[in-house]
Amino acid sequence: MTLREIQRLLDGRILTKTSNLDIELNSAFSSDMMSHVLAYANDKSILITALYNPQVLRTADLMGISCVIFIGKNKPEPEIVALANSLGITILQSPYSMYVTCGLLYSNGLKGTN
Amino acid sequence: MCDHQQCIHLTYNVSGDDFTTAGEASSNFKKKLMDLGVDRKTIRRVSISMYEGEINMVIHANGGVIDAYICTDHIDLILKDQGPGIPDIDKAMQVGYSTAPAQVQALGFGAGMGLPNIKNNTDDLSIETELGVGTTLRMRINLED
Repeated sequence: MTLREIQRLLDGRILTKTSNLDIELNSAFSSDMMSHVLAYANDKSILITALYNPQVLRTADLMGISCVIFIGKNKPEPEIVALANSLGITILQSPYSMYVTCGLLYSNGLKGTN
Repeated sequence: MCDHQQCIHLTYNVSGDDFTTAGEASSNFKKKLMDLGVDRKTIRRVSISMYEGEINMVIHANGGVIDAYICTDHIDLILKDQGPGIPDIDKAMQVGYSTAPAQVQALGFGAGMGLPNIKNNTDDLSIETELGVGTTLRMRINLED
């Protein structure tokens, strides 16, 4: 599934300077515990989280995760967006809850990371 | 035994003052390994191990120093802090056991997976700890053939 398709499915807003919306992302992992991400996620996956802090982006960077979906309508701090830009990570904000966000992606074919 | 005389040596000071900067050392070391053309699987194992160790230093020990050695067939990481020490290493190695404060858990860490994650991603791990003196973690990750 491309980032463009994910954005459309979620009515999502991209907060970072991302030019390539055709990048392929083939699985997803959702958690607010970064050690779980470090233990179970793989690269090429999307990280879905309700946690907005620099460690989310550091974790994504170290795992080779190129796209993070932030849940909810709160705006992340500008420093968070700036860090994502500097690390080359796309932030997409989903207006839906965690459950609905994951459900929409899963039911449209984006598999989970075990 | 590797005496590190012929290895690339990098040192990172990890600040304990600011949780928001935790992970910078691991991020910088990952970039170095990528520049050197180290394979992806090894970089991933090194990144996870170093980052978990770095986070532990910030959470529990008010920072510390990481010495990273890139050698011909392995990478060694030595993480040294002057924190409170680990009272029970066996417990600390159990998945789910955590002494991290609630505010750290709210930031996404303290799930009791740090040391188990390190163990799972290293070929060798030794922990020297003394209460009131500090902790030294020595990790080795072998490079892929």
